Amino acid sequence: MRDRGETVRNGAIQLLLAVNAVIMIYPLFVMVTSSFKTNAEIFSSPLSLPTHFSTANLEKVWTETNFVRYLANSVGITAASVALILLFSTLAGYAIARYRFRLSSLVLMFFLSGMTVPLKLAIIPLFIQLDTLGLVDSYLGLVLVYVAMGIPSAVFIMTGFLRTLPRELEESARMDGASELRIMWSIMLPLARPALVIVAIQNAVPIWNDFFFPLVLITSDNLKTLPQGLTVFVGEFTTDWGVLFTGLTLAALPITLLYIVLSKQFISGITQGAVK
Amino acid sequence: MTDGWRHTERPFLWRRALWIAALLTPALVVMVLFVLWPLLSAFRFAFYEFNGLRPSGFIGLENFRQVLFEKPFSDWTYNALKHNVIAFLALMVFENGTAFLIAFALLKALPGHRVHQVIVFLPVVLSAVIVGFLWKLFLHPLFGLVNQLLGLVGIGAVPWLGNENTALGSILFANIWHWLGFPTLVLLAGMQRISKDMLEAARLDGAGDYALMTKIVWPLIAPSVTIVTILTFIGSFNWFEIPYVMAGLTGSPGGSTDVLGLYFYRTAFGSTTTGIQDFGQGSALAVLMFILVAGVTAIALRYLRRREIEQ
Repeated sequence: MRDRGETVRNGAIQLLLAVNAVIMIYPLFVMVTSSFKTNAEIFSSPLSLPTHFSTANLEKVWTETNFVRYLANSVGITAASVALILLFSTLAGYAIARYRFRLSSLVLMFFLSGMTVPLKLAIIPLFIQLDTLGLVDSYLGLVLVYVAMGIPSAVFIMTGFLRTLPRELEESARMDGASELRIMWSIMLPLARPALVIVAIQNAVPIWNDFFFPLVLITSDNLKTLPQGLTVFVGEFTTDWGVLFTGLTLAALPITLLYIVLSKQFISGITQGAVK
Repeated sequence: MTDGWRHTERPFLWRRALWIAALLTPALVVMVLFVLWPLLSAFRFAFYEFNGLRPSGFIGLENFRQVLFEKPFSDWTYNALKHNVIAFLALMVFENGTAFLIAFALLKALPGHRVHQVIVFLPVVLSAVIVGFLWKLFLHPLFGLVNQLLGLVGIGAVPWLGNENTALGSILFANIWHWLGFPTLVLLAGMQRISKDMLEAARLDGAGDYALMTKIVWPLIAPSVTIVTILTFIGSFNWFEIPYVMAGLTGSPGGSTDVLGLYFYRTAFGSTTTGIQDFGQGSALAVLMFILVAGVTAIALRYLRRREIEQ
């Protein structure tokens, strides 16, 4: 009796999850298959699979648009921002976690308070600030904004992690006469790799996907990032749905592949990142 | 405390201080230049008149008066605010409600539950721009996927994004599709922290799934519910990307999808049609949005935390 009820309930749960999975996946499936269709095919039979796999859309995106440039810009800006966030927050976190000095808790407080600031709402002064420094419409300006946004929670994570490393390692290296720089670089930092991975994913995903800051700060077509470039692209090819679906598919592809490989790290990184 | 320089001689202390300062400087400089200074300026600018990019004169509360009490600005402000409130309520019920059900379903850890976790979170990693454009194509009245599917069951073509009554709901649907995985997995993590013994004991006492869900799981995941509520609130009031991509800068049709984020952006950086930009009014809007979000968040946190303790 009880087993029967259990089977029915489990069946209902599996059904709920299956329906949800279809709602999540089917739109993406249609996006990918539509990118192989001709425009006429999309409009006449939107639900069917492509009759033959045409790569005409792909060639069009590759040759007639600035897509590759946008992609390269996004890769470069995300990589540079994440690298600087890792570097700066590790150095600062190391100072706070491994040395005792008078202002240390104040400095940590300063970084932590940055986690509560919605930098988007300070975009007007930020824009003026970057304009004064001549950094509007440049890679560097955008990267510095991302680094400023990423540092607070990165310092928080790095400080917390570096504090847990045992003192003995450091002490014995010091006995052997190693310099502070050497102790940090070759002994402590290699141990901090798990924290560095979390910080990297937590920052790379929102930076890669960001649209707001490029929209305000970047105007030259050659400097535009992928999400921003997509709006240009959609404006140009409004009626060519084959090209639009191809552009969307290509834009979604890199992060989707990375997510499938590293889904565990992505999920914990993103949920923890917002929950902090 | 034993660290580096245990010697007390002056040169050593100096070297130690320099080393620590060198470690902290890059992060501190970036924070001061691009977070602290802009933030302080944001409050100051709200009290200034602007001539292009530069503040030209102190005008007290004039910018606030305009956006709150002077037509047409005040109409735009309250129209946008209304949609942010609707968005928050709709996301709480439909997004977080669905997320709770799916999380509860995943908690059972039936075969395939890991794959379902990965699937429900997949849209979360995509850019809002991709999601917005994708659903804009799918919601096209004639050739869009949604109306094509509805046509199969005999429902006529609905101009989802072109009708004032359905536009906001359609955009909210795209937003829910995009973000559903996030509250789902936060709530699931909260549920997984409930001790297995307690769930087992309740089951042995004859509690069914429904009783288990309402009497045990729901009260015990209060901390996760707090986080999800607060993040939904912040997200609803900073909502920008999906409305921008799907409804345009003016919240078309007829301002029926306008939200504070769009209105703020139009005011500060100029609409595509008028090209007028007003940094003073924009700053006042930003300050009001900041106070609203920070204030409500602080009050809600106190209230929700108390609920957590009582449970």
